[in-house]
Amino acid sequence: MKITVTSGKGGTGKTLISTSLALSLSKKYPTTYIDLDVEEPNGYIFIKPNIQKKEPITLPFPKVDYDKCNFCGVCQEVCAYNAIAVLSFNNEVKIFPELCKSCGNCVLNCPEKAMFEVPREIGTLTYGKRENLKFFEGKLNISEVTTTSAIRIVKKKSLEDIRNGEILIYDSPPGASCPMVEASKGGDYIILITEPTPFGLFDLKIAVGVVKGLNKKFGVIINKEMEGFDELYEYLKKENIKVLLKIPFERRIAESYSKGKTLSEIGKEWEDIFLNLYNQILEEVND
Amino acid sequence: MIELAIVSGKGGTGKTTVSASFSVLAKNKIIADCDVDAPDLHLLLKPKVNIKKDFFGMKKAYINKDSCIECGVCIDVCRFDAISPDYAVDTALCEGCEVCFTQCPVKVIEMRENKAGEYFVSETPYGKMVHGILGVGEENSGKLVAIIRNVARYYAQKEKVDYIIVDGPPGIGCPVNSTLSGLKYAVGVTEPTESGLSDLERLMELFHHFKIKPFIIINKSDLNPEMSEKIKRKSIEEGAIFLGEIPFDPVVVESLKMGKPVVIYEKDSKAKKIITELWKKIEDYLSRKV
Repeated sequence: MKITVTSGKGGTGKTLISTSLALSLSKKYPTTYIDLDVEEPNGYIFIKPNIQKKEPITLPFPKVDYDKCNFCGVCQEVCAYNAIAVLSFNNEVKIFPELCKSCGNCVLNCPEKAMFEVPREIGTLTYGKRENLKFFEGKLNISEVTTTSAIRIVKKKSLEDIRNGEILIYDSPPGASCPMVEASKGGDYIILITEPTPFGLFDLKIAVGVVKGLNKKFGVIINKEMEGFDELYEYLKKENIKVLLKIPFERRIAESYSKGKTLSEIGKEWEDIFLNLYNQILEEVND
Repeated sequence: MIELAIVSGKGGTGKTTVSASFSVLAKNKIIADCDVDAPDLHLLLKPKVNIKKDFFGMKKAYINKDSCIECGVCIDVCRFDAISPDYAVDTALCEGCEVCFTQCPVKVIEMRENKAGEYFVSETPYGKMVHGILGVGEENSGKLVAIIRNVARYYAQKEKVDYIIVDGPPGIGCPVNSTLSGLKYAVGVTEPTESGLSDLERLMELFHHFKIKPFIIINKSDLNPEMSEKIKRKSIEEGAIFLGEIPFDPVVVESLKMGKPVVIYEKDSKAKKIITELWKKIEDYLSRKV
């Protein structure tokens, strides 16, 4: 079972909820928490895992064999990202790593077979554990723009040697563009987090559009719940969207969050709430 | 003319609340919303759209199934897992690299134009605003951000304004890089939480990379005063200008719910006074530099 926790708006509580859910479930089931918010991975703050190993996340990056290259310019022509400049006057082929998406098109099209690929590090994959909970974290290097590729690689790794009946919780980046889509694609079920403000609602609508487009079953958790913004509830009712859980807007929760505490560390009752939440999801997925 | 981006690393720290208020307070400016994934600034500034343009992203592969011989080459060469076993292209995953197009042995794949979003030039009660929205599940937010910045700069030069106020996206990836490239100054809005600190550290690295002088604001600072102090010290150590703190004020949430920038919502609110002072500090600093 794979569950993606995501949101249109940032800062709605994805990490607090996905780590609390993962820690609660791990008391009963083999569970893995996977931090796919590779630009800003914060799950480690709440899980506090024992780190077992780290390895580089790499993408293949083209290089030129100058013994074979005749500067014909085909690689530059076929590159859809303008990442290659053939400077024949200088006998040089410049390849810009910040533009290259590692698609391999230049290598496959080079008439002289003068291009090959070497691994280029774009980030770090961290493996850890806390009791029965397995922990994965992808972290993108600063100034890298290959967020979606990093997510794809971390997702694939998380599916290697999973235990029998493993639950995977994917903590996704926010938004509605390709990184969020890539993370959402990994889930059998999507939890969308929102908050009762105009920003929360506007961005929820966008995220619902993504999830519906992916044909995924999904439900909403309302975080920082408070009075005074009925439009959110009207929208959820009109669209017949299931509300899985409401988490109140409480200073106590916000303060504990600021110190890196999960909900189940704030109150034991949250463990049962998240186990119930999982059963609800399970029923819906098997329905 | 100074282009000033408001970014945060972590989402939900109050970028848009600050941007909206600065957009009101700055005297002679163009406003730009570069969070094209989940744009929210328009909810506060209520722009009236004057010009609307389509944004085309990367072309997307399309397989003509009638002539396809189902040889599997395209599936093998696609590194974005965008082609399904029944030879359908998932346009949300297709990155437009054209590798399938060049490798298909029977040439039944074409690359089609793809409308990936829209951008707008609008009027608000506070000045001209350039903004946009990416289509659901689209890529290339960086390219749309670059267009919005270009259009904003065009009007900034034409109208000889002093500032471009840019509401930035969260994160530190493609659209943020596109928002920050070439800037001299930016405002980092953070919050006194472990996550806020962790994300601010990464954002500071990105500022260094772009050689940007950052102004740092801690929002909801009274939530965890110890952490606020730590973040303040850290930002000064790293060469940032520590601008100040905004303590939690219910009026901020109220104004948000009413869809108004907090500095025009209530005449004498604490938040209004503080944000006005923060803007004044930026103006003073920049007027000494220019």
